[in-house]
Amino acid sequence: MSLRLRELIRSVRSCKTAAEERAVIAKECATIRTAFKENDVQYRHRNVAKLLFIHMLGYPTHFGQMECLKLIAATTFPEKRIGYLGLMLMLDERQEVLMLVTNSLKNDLCHKNQYIAGLALCALGNIASAEMARDLAPEVEKLMSNSHAYVRKKAALCTIRIMKKVPELTETFYEAASRLIRDRHHGVLVGAMQLILDICLTNGPSAIAEFRSKVPDLVRIMKSLVLSGFTPDHDIGGLTDPFLQVKTLRLLRILGQGDATASDQMSDILAQVATNVEGNKNAGNAVLYECVQTIMGVESIGGLRVLAINILGRFLSNRDNNIRYVALNMLAKVVAVDTQAVQRHRSTIVDCVKDSDVSIRRRALDLVYALVNASNITTLTKELLEYLMVSDVEFKPDLTNKICALVQRFAPDKRWHIDTLIQVMDQAGGYVKDEQSRALIVLISNAPELQPYTVRRLYSVLTQSHPQRALLIVGVWCLGEYGDMLLLDGLLEDEEPVAATEASVVRLLETLLKEPMEETLIKEMLLTCTVKLSSRFPNSSPQIKAILEQYQGSISLEVQQRACEYSRLFVHEAIRPALLENMPPLNEDLTASGRANISMEGGSVDAPESPVAAATSPIPAAISPSGQVPPTQPASPQLVDLLDMNVVDEPAAPAMNAPAPAVDLLADLLGDGVAPPAPMPAAGTYPPPTSPLSAPSPADWTDISPALHVHSSALD
Amino acid sequence: MIRFIYLQNRQGKTRLAKYYVPLEDSEKRKLEYEVHRLVVNRDPKLTNFLEFRTHKIIYRRYAGLFFSLCVDMNDNELSYLEAIHLFVEILDHFFQNVCELDLVFNFHKVYLIMDEFILGGELQETSKKVILDRLAELDKAE
Repeated sequence: MSLRLRELIRSVRSCKTAAEERAVIAKECATIRTAFKENDVQYRHRNVAKLLFIHMLGYPTHFGQMECLKLIAATTFPEKRIGYLGLMLMLDERQEVLMLVTNSLKNDLCHKNQYIAGLALCALGNIASAEMARDLAPEVEKLMSNSHAYVRKKAALCTIRIMKKVPELTETFYEAASRLIRDRHHGVLVGAMQLILDICLTNGPSAIAEFRSKVPDLVRIMKSLVLSGFTPDHDIGGLTDPFLQVKTLRLLRILGQGDATASDQMSDILAQVATNVEGNKNAGNAVLYECVQTIMGVESIGGLRVLAINILGRFLSNRDNNIRYVALNMLAKVVAVDTQAVQRHRSTIVDCVKDSDVSIRRRALDLVYALVNASNITTLTKELLEYLMVSDVEFKPDLTNKICALVQRFAPDKRWHIDTLIQVMDQAGGYVKDEQSRALIVLISNAPELQPYTVRRLYSVLTQSHPQRALLIVGVWCLGEYGDMLLLDGLLEDEEPVAATEASVVRLLETLLKEPMEETLIKEMLLTCTVKLSSRFPNSSPQIKAILEQYQGSISLEVQQRACEYSRLFVHEAIRPALLENMPPLNEDLTASGRANISMEGGSVDAPESPVAAATSPIPAAISPSGQVPPTQPASPQLVDLLDMNVVDEPAAPAMNAPAPAVDLLADLLGDGVAPPAPMPAAGTYPPPTSPLSAPSPADWTDISPALHVHSSALD
Repeated sequence: MIRFIYLQNRQGKTRLAKYYVPLEDSEKRKLEYEVHRLVVNRDPKLTNFLEFRTHKIIYRRYAGLFFSLCVDMNDNELSYLEAIHLFVEILDHFFQNVCELDLVFNFHKVYLIMDEFILGGELQETSKKVILDRLAELDKAE
């Protein structure tokens, strides 16, 4: 005598340890197996039911699959029911065994008992494979006009599965689907709406055009739902079948999209729903939410849209987080169509950014990004910066880069732009991408009037303990370029004075260099900065030399090489100032274009027939400080061109003073196997887009060497 | 479309799982674990919606049981939330004051109810009365 299902469940529940449970299961599985082997028909469905319980606990039960098929082929309803349940739980569309059940399914689909047909439809709708779907599609289509609503509604949903498995059959269901929306039973209607929705999704515009003629039918259904009084069978939260309303509204949206006539036909009912449905219960809000989506999705008139946006505004101020969430979700979709309407709710949306719920925060942030424009950037950025300080760590990278991008796009003036970015980098510099730091550097280099101010700001931020990475990159670069401006007078209004002396700046660099840093990139930049300052601060140059010499033994090859090369510069006192000239303003377009662009343009330099390209390329600037030589000697035409441009860019005063030695030394440098890389990078004038601030890596060096050759041969 | 439905208790035991998409067993275990972890410690004041991979989890807690639905991103969340409630009401009527143990001992009945309520991941019947009447008839057929 076999154990009853209830007894098995009880004995499993009474097990105190996992081992005990395994023992009980193993024993029961053995009994069930034997029963299967002996072909025990009387208790087969009970055994399969027990097996399903064991399956739910996570034990292997493959040996029961065939028994399920046998149960399905049995004649009584209880047996079939457990058989189908087992089929749906233990098998899915990928198993070969499933093919064996096709014939039983076919028989059951045609069974005159509606419950048995229902079981078959349910199984087919849940796990049909493509082959089964193809084989059984005609039967299912017939069942959509069955006399029992119970069968019709299941057949409608089953058809969706068939369509998804075999999309080319979709067209054959158009007629049946159109018939179903005239049904009076709500279950059938829900299925029909979903079926047409899926047909429209599968077959696209052609299907949508076909079903557009049904819009009046749908409007009639909606009307009867909205206007009918209390219906006990379908009442939820004071509404008649909100589920059906939601599906109908969704279908109306698909059919009305981009079609003025259809949109016009439904505008009355949409207005009715928007004004009459009460939003004090979840069901009502679900309908309103769907209605708003439809209004915004179809070609509605302006008045209707205002109504919809107002509903969303009401949602936003709701205390229920769910409602606020869907409102934000919807506003995010609307913002692309009608930014002005969403702007009105800006302050509420900004409040949502600080919500304790991460789902709401994320939605609100997305929306805020979309809402920012030139007129509100200052206030919104302030809010976002405040939030940046308190936000979760997982949020910061995204938030930081979004703020940078927004500031970049909408900044009202350069000073605000620089201030804000420095603030962002100060708070979350670790998350700022290198491109953003670079963009800021380009901006600073193109704003000579703000350079003294910027360098003062950066200096004061850098002197605080542990500046963040992005801030270091920008700060160090600016100190190197404009360090001398720290000592100038002329504060901007409402600016705090900074007490900086040559010695204090050098000390700062020395401390920063000593800090244990993960990245050698920063160290390399610090060295470049230090050597550059040697020409800005002539009095401190002995200390600077001493600092550089400390790093000649660095374990990082790149740092070591720089330290050696930069120290070597002190030997060539005459050209050092020229080599360490300020960089010309960086080309703003270059920040956007990629590296490929550069090498292409670089290549054109040694092609004599393209002087124009050469003039616009970054290379001429690269040559300038190292080639501060005026064209005292005959030079090739494009070189003259290049040098002319340099003269315009910056007066080559230092080089003018000592033209002859410069040539010699340059030749000397070029002739020297080791030295050449140093001066060029030290001058820091070749702006590779990846890191404009550091000396080019060896790879970059090969890029510019042709240019150098052109240059030196011209000089000879 | 609903991808899967879970009924889980606070301890993380999955009392019922129904999948409308084919998944490997190991993947199912992983999902059960992940969904449970996401919903169990959430503050009740927060939304009942969670963005989960490329889908959304709509969940609702009833005493110690969590009902979670995994649905598509652009589905109407509020409507599914209402559907969970309707399902719970049906269970409550059917079992007369449903409790977790009812679901354990009558898991096959719960599946039966679910199959009357949802088919192929889509809502099948929206009337509580129709479903309860149908279940009574099916019970008679046993």
